[in-house]
Amino acid sequence: MWFLCVFYHRLLDYRKPEVESLALMFGAFDSDDGGQDGGEHLEWRLPEHHHPDSPFHFVDLPSEDVARDIANRSILVKGIYELWGEGNNYEELEDAIKDYPDERKLPYLSPESTFRITVDSFGKVISFQEQNERIQSLAYIPFKGQVNLRNPDHKFWLMETDDYGTNNGLPPVVQKRIFFGREVGGADRKLLPTYQLKSRTYLGPTAMDAEMAFLMANQAMVKPGKLVYDPFVGTGSILVAAAHFGAMTMGADIDIRVVRDGRGPDCNVWSNFKQYGLPTPIGLLRADNNLPPWRPGLKEYLQDLGFYSGSSTLKMRWRVMLLNCSVDHYHDKDVFDAIICDPPYGVRAGGRKSGGRKLLKGVVGPYTVPDDKRTDHIPSTAAYSLVECVHDLLDLAAKMLVLNGRLVFFYPVLREDESTENHFPEHPCFVLVSASEQILSSRYSRVLLTMVKSSPYTEEIEEEARLKHLEFKENHLKWMEDGNLHSAVFSPGESVFVAEGDPKVSKETKPKYRGKYV
Amino acid sequence: MRLLTHNMLSSNIKGVTNGFPLGIVVEKVIEKPVEMNPDFLKNMFAKIEWKALVDASRSMGYAELPDQVDSSMLDSVEFLQRFHHALLELHLEEGALVCPETGRKFPVNKGIPNMLLHEDEV
Repeated sequence: MWFLCVFYHRLLDYRKPEVESLALMFGAFDSDDGGQDGGEHLEWRLPEHHHPDSPFHFVDLPSEDVARDIANRSILVKGIYELWGEGNNYEELEDAIKDYPDERKLPYLSPESTFRITVDSFGKVISFQEQNERIQSLAYIPFKGQVNLRNPDHKFWLMETDDYGTNNGLPPVVQKRIFFGREVGGADRKLLPTYQLKSRTYLGPTAMDAEMAFLMANQAMVKPGKLVYDPFVGTGSILVAAAHFGAMTMGADIDIRVVRDGRGPDCNVWSNFKQYGLPTPIGLLRADNNLPPWRPGLKEYLQDLGFYSGSSTLKMRWRVMLLNCSVDHYHDKDVFDAIICDPPYGVRAGGRKSGGRKLLKGVVGPYTVPDDKRTDHIPSTAAYSLVECVHDLLDLAAKMLVLNGRLVFFYPVLREDESTENHFPEHPCFVLVSASEQILSSRYSRVLLTMVKSSPYTEEIEEEARLKHLEFKENHLKWMEDGNLHSAVFSPGESVFVAEGDPKVSKETKPKYRGKYV
Repeated sequence: MRLLTHNMLSSNIKGVTNGFPLGIVVEKVIEKPVEMNPDFLKNMFAKIEWKALVDASRSMGYAELPDQVDSSMLDSVEFLQRFHHALLELHLEEGALVCPETGRKFPVNKGIPNMLLHEDEV
């Protein structure tokens, strides 16, 4: 069933992946036998002459219920509509609406229902009077119900694109297009002012913007009863969004002041959840992503059986399970349904890991902490390069995520650097679902990577992952080492002084809006 | 720190091969009632190392968990309530977690376990 999907004109790269993730979550692919391996895609179509970054798209969804679920949960879908007609002018629109089958239309036009018509446009302003004239011109549709502007049963939308000049930064639309449809659902953007960072009690310098945090939660397919982990939790801004969608949350950070103390009893990570009436995280701890303190799931599974040796019946049961041992039993031990995070990549905040310079210098033999100083010893930390950090993150996710669980994280990309384009870290356990770019400055972007765990973690995979990581490190070492990204982003520009007429100049013109293709 | 977190943590000191389960040194335990979510409990049940949970809850002063369990017990509301209480309502507010091999103590302050290793442990 085809629907008209209209997006907010922002975060262009994030729009379709969000709908696709929500479609999977709400069961749009359930009838297919493809299984949930990230290979499913919705079918999309553009209106005639429209640019891929246009806010107007058609999307094929299995039912109106799925469409409503997706639209209402989304952040970037302005509305999903049952299209009653479209045309290049109002005559064509009238013909199209008249041709649309009555059995689809009449149930929504009945005398006992209430309705509202909204006139909307993209790329131009329509005055109040013009809006009224356009609504009047729809008199050929046999509306029988009462008008109710505030809370109608049925919402109809008349939407126009414009046919002159530039179009919010998009290439000019060649041909004006008019759509008329019935709203099935739309994003609840009221969430954003409620959760906006400026009203958050406890903030850090890299707290995740509320809109982006919700998008990340949607990419991770967060829903009630799921357990979500953020290994770089900071002030908890990502987990707040996950908790809003009903997930149980857990977070770790290497900075104990952030997770334990905050700025006092009423201004800390816990209070950020209480502020919105959300359940506080199941657990917060201080831990190092480089040496995560989690109980191994798979590798010591057999050893774990030893704990049951006291009970012979249980031992038998476990043994039977092992005899039948398909990989499924291992998955029971994988804990997190999703891992969502914004790793420190050294631009606004640098990563740290255990093992400080005292140890590395090794001035007088191996560094040891004297026994009498152990209790209150504050371990020094070392810089944690992005390469290593991302490798550790992928490895942790491969071990700890359930099968089909999602890893959603930001990854920085230098915009001038052609060679790194579309080259993202890989792991044999993961399939890349989507990569959405957000331009942060003329120098660099961050890309939201969504990966799905498609195969269980085994020892062979561990070795394969290590080799893949080494290969990746080889290719990217020059800019991913500690500090390099920071200097690439903040060093004074050189290309500014390129002489006029130089072919490089044309390359410097940056797109006026933050889309990908223009 | 809830016992759910405890059940997932292990000592990762260099050279330690079996750092699970961590012992618990109790200085202060608090109880915070939270609403029970049976679906979440059923989801977590398969992931819990039961013996570790039973021992941990005893060291926190709660001895109501049975030694042996199987998934059919999840149908009993009484069992779910005990499981829920042990897993999610008991908090170790002050104390320490102890590595079973080396005896190294990981302090727990204000409910936050500090799992960071010293320089000579990595």
